[in-house]
Amino acid sequence: MLKITNLQARVAGGKQILNGVNLEVRPGEVHAIMGPNGSGKSTLAHVLAGREGYEIIGGTVEYQGQDLLALAPEERARAGVFLAFQYPVEIPGVSNMFFLRTALNEIRRHRGEEEVDAMDFMALVKKKLKIVDIDEALLKRPVNAGFSGGEKKRNEIFQLAVLEPTLAILDETDSGLDIDALRTVAWGVNAMRSPKRAIVMVTHYQRLLEYIVPDRVHVLAGGRILRSGGKDLALHLEEQGYKWVKDETAGVR
Amino acid sequence: MSSAREIEHFAQAEYKYGWTADLETDSAPCGLNEDTIRFISRKKDEPAWLLEWRLRAFRHWLTMKEPTWAKVHYPKIDYQAISYYSAPRSTAGKPRSLDEVDPKLLEEYAKLGIPLREQEQLTGVAVDAVMDSVSVATTFKQKLSDLGIIFCSFSEAVREHPDLVRKYLGSVVPYTDNFFATLNCAVFSDGSFVYVPKGVRCPMELSTYFRINASNTGQFERTLIVADAGAYVSYLEGCTAPMRDENQLHAAVVELVAHDDARVKYSTVQNWYPGDENGKGGIYNFVTKRGKCAGVNSHISWTQVETGSAITWKYPSCILLGDNSVGEFYSVALTNHRMQADTGTKMIHLGKNTRSTIVSKGIAAGHGQNSYRGLVRITKGAEHARNYSRCDSLLIGDRCGAHTFPYIENQNPTARVEHEASTSKIGEDQIYYCQQRGISAEDAVSMIVNGFCREVLAELPMEFAVEAQKLLGLKLEGSVG
Ligand SMILES: Nc1ncnc2c1ncn2[C@@H]1O[C@H](COP(=O)(O)OP(=O)(O)O)[C@@H](O)[C@H]1O
Ligand SMILES: [Mg+2]
Repeated sequence: MLKITNLQARVAGGKQILNGVNLEVRPGEVHAIMGPNGSGKSTLAHVLAGREGYEIIGGTVEYQGQDLLALAPEERARAGVFLAFQYPVEIPGVSNMFFLRTALNEIRRHRGEEEVDAMDFMALVKKKLKIVDIDEALLKRPVNAGFSGGEKKRNEIFQLAVLEPTLAILDETDSGLDIDALRTVAWGVNAMRSPKRAIVMVTHYQRLLEYIVPDRVHVLAGGRILRSGGKDLALHLEEQGYKWVKDETAGVR
Repeated sequence: MSSAREIEHFAQAEYKYGWTADLETDSAPCGLNEDTIRFISRKKDEPAWLLEWRLRAFRHWLTMKEPTWAKVHYPKIDYQAISYYSAPRSTAGKPRSLDEVDPKLLEEYAKLGIPLREQEQLTGVAVDAVMDSVSVATTFKQKLSDLGIIFCSFSEAVREHPDLVRKYLGSVVPYTDNFFATLNCAVFSDGSFVYVPKGVRCPMELSTYFRINASNTGQFERTLIVADAGAYVSYLEGCTAPMRDENQLHAAVVELVAHDDARVKYSTVQNWYPGDENGKGGIYNFVTKRGKCAGVNSHISWTQVETGSAITWKYPSCILLGDNSVGEFYSVALTNHRMQADTGTKMIHLGKNTRSTIVSKGIAAGHGQNSYRGLVRITKGAEHARNYSRCDSLLIGDRCGAHTFPYIENQNPTARVEHEASTSKIGEDQIYYCQQRGISAEDAVSMIVNGFCREVLAELPMEFAVEAQKLLGLKLEGSVG
């Protein structure tokens, strides 16, 4: 479904952050990308989502047989790429419900499906509320405005549940969550696992992986994938910390 | 299109001889003096008192200076180079077919779904159009007159209801009021008149669209709306379709009067031609709008969505004379490209327990300059007066500007005045976030802007609100990304 080959990117006019990332994700798989702070995890996520401000210097990204990097951000989203933001953005004045229905209808239109009206959307929301436990009052409020850190993260997962993407990238969805919130979020993500959907979780801590067990774990450091393995690799990291990674990166350089 | 060709032929012929001063034609020579005013008055068959009033205004105007305090810049207007009267059928100076109209304007019509026929009218294409709405207007008028409601052109009101006009004309905006209003008093062309008798609730929104002879009321329009005791009326001005006009200067006056327990709701969507991206052309809109809450418990609300004109200079205001009277001002002003808006309100509290609410939303994009200017005055006698003001500005890009000039004059210690203000910017991160959810950058801006304006749009009559919403999005197309 997703094939990243030797991807190199830099901040526009600035320093290079991704130094040749290789990654292949198949439908139904859950991958975890771990790594120390500043290693380029969020950059990778944003480059995949199409954020402005990065320059692709080399490499390719193939998503469902198409050149992902050639698409505008909204086209990627409509094609089923979803990014749960590490720092979700506040949009004052726009209700969460309206925002999400607009997004859903854009995606549906792209798929040639009929738009959902406000009534049907309410019914859908009610159903999804069972998957992600989020205060209904939050849905009527403006997008993320004044939400606590945890509420914002929950809202991201709620959006994930409603939009049903093909490829979901979760950027540090676990950070800033207390254990109860982490459990709810993990439960929601697990409920979204499906043979047709791939999930890429970016995380700094092993903790999340106790709740969402990945098929593959990758260590990203210095802008490239340093090591890949099964879920045990995460445990190894937990014990050893990231020091060995840093040493190895230094060795590579 | 053969009729168009005919018109073209005719128009060219007329153009060859230019503007003429002779009385056979229906236009006044350029220039402004007492003869011009007599000419206008005679053309309209006005009574002597009205001519006298116009002349007094003109003589006063000669002593006045054009105001410079607003934060708007424009080349000096030559008041002697303007023609102050042209009859509705005049074809000179108008585009001869839609081919001559700015294609961008036509594009906007298309997006708003305006039929071709109406496009011609709006752009002032010189066709002798028979409005389809005439029959609608007739039944409409019958219904109103059954209730004793008067709704007609200003000229007709002068002829048919001179006592009412004479009683209220200039009673809210005196002819000495300000440079542009005084000019209007001297030379006003036509406009609307509404009178709702005691205890009558006007059953429908009144809009100039339904008024026969509504087209071409000209650049010096005058509106007078009177709600007698216990009456209610909601009036809609304008049109969401962009209006092209060869006249650059517009100086309109609107007066509202609300007697005891009466309520007047006045809504505007203004979308005059704003000029092109470089600030070439466009309407200078210098408008004086004021309402008088004359009676106890009276209520006047202004709602405006200003999306057009090269320059907007207007301060719809309320004089809260009656005890317990209420004044409201809800405003959205959008400036894109080189547009400039200096708009706001004055709430003058005279009566006891008077209340006013001001909600202003300014949106600036491109090189647009957007100023809120407001005055809240609580006079000595206005015991327990209350005001709440909220002024928010939204910036799109970093070449535009938003400014607020709130003035508060409080002479009564029992009064309560609250003012809140905020400035925010549509950030790239907000747009990216929307895009990541499948929403295009343009739709994202439109969504954020509409969210920003929601409180004001909610004050508009439903259908109008939907159109205004569409319009705001349209006006900002291409302002990001
Ligand atoms: N827009 C940017 N401008 C400048 N530096 C950036 C930008 N985005 C990321 N970086 C830098 O790139 C490196 C990787 O950042 P990031 O991808 O956020 O790391 P991670 O998510 O793994 O913590 C950091 O050194 C960070 O400061
Ligand atoms: Mg990060």
